[in-house]
Amino acid sequence: MSELPLSATADAALQAAPATKARGYWATVGRRIMRDKVSMACALVLLLIFLSAILAPWLGLEDPYKGSMIRRLRHIGTVGYPLGTDELGRDMLARLIYGGRLSLVIGILPVILAFCIGTSLGIIAGYVGGKLNTAIMRTVDVFYAFPSVLLAIAISGALGAGILNSIVALTIVFVPQITRVAESVTTGVRNMDFVEAARASGAGAFTIMRVHILGNVLGAIFVYATSLISVSMILAAGLSFLGLGTKPPEPEWGLMLNTLRTAIYVNPWVAALPGAMIFAVSICFNLLSDGLRSAMDIRN
Amino acid sequence: MLAYTARRIVYVVPIVISVALVCFLLVHITPGDPLVAVLPADASQELAAQLRAAYGFDRPLPVQFGLWLLRALHGDLGNSIATGRPVLAEVMRAVGNTVTLAIAAAIIGFTMGVLLGLIAGYFRETWIDKVATSFAIAGVSVPHYWLGMLLVIIFSVQLNWLPAVGAGPSGSNSWAWDWAHLKYLVLPAITTSVIPMGIVTRTVRALTGDILSQDFVEALRAKGLRETGVFRHVIKNAAPTALAVMGLQLGYMLGGSILIETVFSWPGSGFLLNSAIFQRDLPLLQGTILILALFFVFLNLLVDIAQAAIDPRIKRG
Repeated sequence: MSELPLSATADAALQAAPATKARGYWATVGRRIMRDKVSMACALVLLLIFLSAILAPWLGLEDPYKGSMIRRLRHIGTVGYPLGTDELGRDMLARLIYGGRLSLVIGILPVILAFCIGTSLGIIAGYVGGKLNTAIMRTVDVFYAFPSVLLAIAISGALGAGILNSIVALTIVFVPQITRVAESVTTGVRNMDFVEAARASGAGAFTIMRVHILGNVLGAIFVYATSLISVSMILAAGLSFLGLGTKPPEPEWGLMLNTLRTAIYVNPWVAALPGAMIFAVSICFNLLSDGLRSAMDIRN
Repeated sequence: MLAYTARRIVYVVPIVISVALVCFLLVHITPGDPLVAVLPADASQELAAQLRAAYGFDRPLPVQFGLWLLRALHGDLGNSIATGRPVLAEVMRAVGNTVTLAIAAAIIGFTMGVLLGLIAGYFRETWIDKVATSFAIAGVSVPHYWLGMLLVIIFSVQLNWLPAVGAGPSGSNSWAWDWAHLKYLVLPAITTSVIPMGIVTRTVRALTGDILSQDFVEALRAKGLRETGVFRHVIKNAAPTALAVMGLQLGYMLGGSILIETVFSWPGSGFLLNSAIFQRDLPLLQGTILILALFFVFLNLLVDIAQAAIDPRIKRG
């Protein structure tokens, strides 16, 4: 008699089960991050900056290249120039929004490139092991012997100024870091049973790496890569700030900060604006990356 | 311990040689002729060939590297093309100023970082933790060259309290520890300190939180130890990792000071590197990067050995 209510609840539980469909890992992560207010606020800010940069030509802004000698260094809030004008009389609002195009590309592209190269190198080193691992990882160690800022400046200083060179330099800075992370997570899964099973059923090394390893290590590497975007934004703009990246008259936040340095005695707050943009993007990526990391940590 | 130290030192040798190789190759990835800065524009073919032979550029690359390394080991990094003075002397003079800046920044950043981290870790998930963590995130996310500009705008342009650029009053050739010089150090040091402050805060916060959640802390409290006593155990357990992170940060400050030194015209190694790049002074560029990277390598070595010395948990076998 006493068993009846128990089995009744079990039945009820069984019937209720299909209603709440089992979610996949990424769906759970997505749901958790949607609930995090800080992450969502950052995502919103980034979305606004990205959209305005992409849609800049259709926003009815002033020409970001057209200057005027008679309206140089207007203050913030001047009629017609809500964010003032720069040292050549160009509209700051237009230049900040157009500046997002180049700044975001030179900041984010190196991380994407390094993510692809570093993940491949790391997985190969971790899975194949042996001499190949030693060769790849010892090369990586050499780049770790340089502080990243120094390495970035040394490479782009040697290659010479230019957007392409600055992207190459930053990619070289981030590849070793991502390779190291990818190698260590790959080493963690290479001896697991499912990899062994795949090998036993006749899968080749490439198939195992692509199908069985990649899916299991990509998440961890991805989170690490997102945390590098903030550093990359700061460094990319920093190279332009030094005169090693973008060349005038292109609107780009780091370069704008450099050319406006001479104006800090005349119109300091306008001169500081491009830096605020870099800061906003960088802090949003950092917070978003932190949010993603804790959303993926299902144990908590 | 001695065996561990010896092993770590032996490991450093291949790294040092590879670092030298990278610095050497930097000049050779440079587009254009490395002689372009010394050759007159209308130089004849013979003169170019003569100079090429004089600088050793006509020999095969591995031979050039060997010769360069041999000279470097004797402390000869060549002469600066711009000034004609020996590179090593130029770099060492500038490194002194960078060390001054890095140490001042380390004192500010590490003190703030440890304090904020301990407080945040102890009061986890409270508003105090949130404030400290926000400081830390802002510290690691801020473009430090922009922060430097902001500080100049506020304290030099608006308030006129501190000088905006330089490392001492006009007419002063060397650094001195008096207020006339120190006031030039304040803004660059604060600017340099924000990144280490943020990173040390995050590290110490995580360490404190982890240690406080361990069983032995429960046992300490159960046996009636006061909170100050518990705190001493926390600090003792967190110290090795925290010190390692700080050592690494000191290395980053020495090697990565170029942006801040450019903003403040601080006559350190970063400032020197900047002028070497724009004057295409390749021997100076090569020498500065080599010395800074070697500093970083040896600082890492010191951190590893120091960590092993104070933390018995690190395997020395």
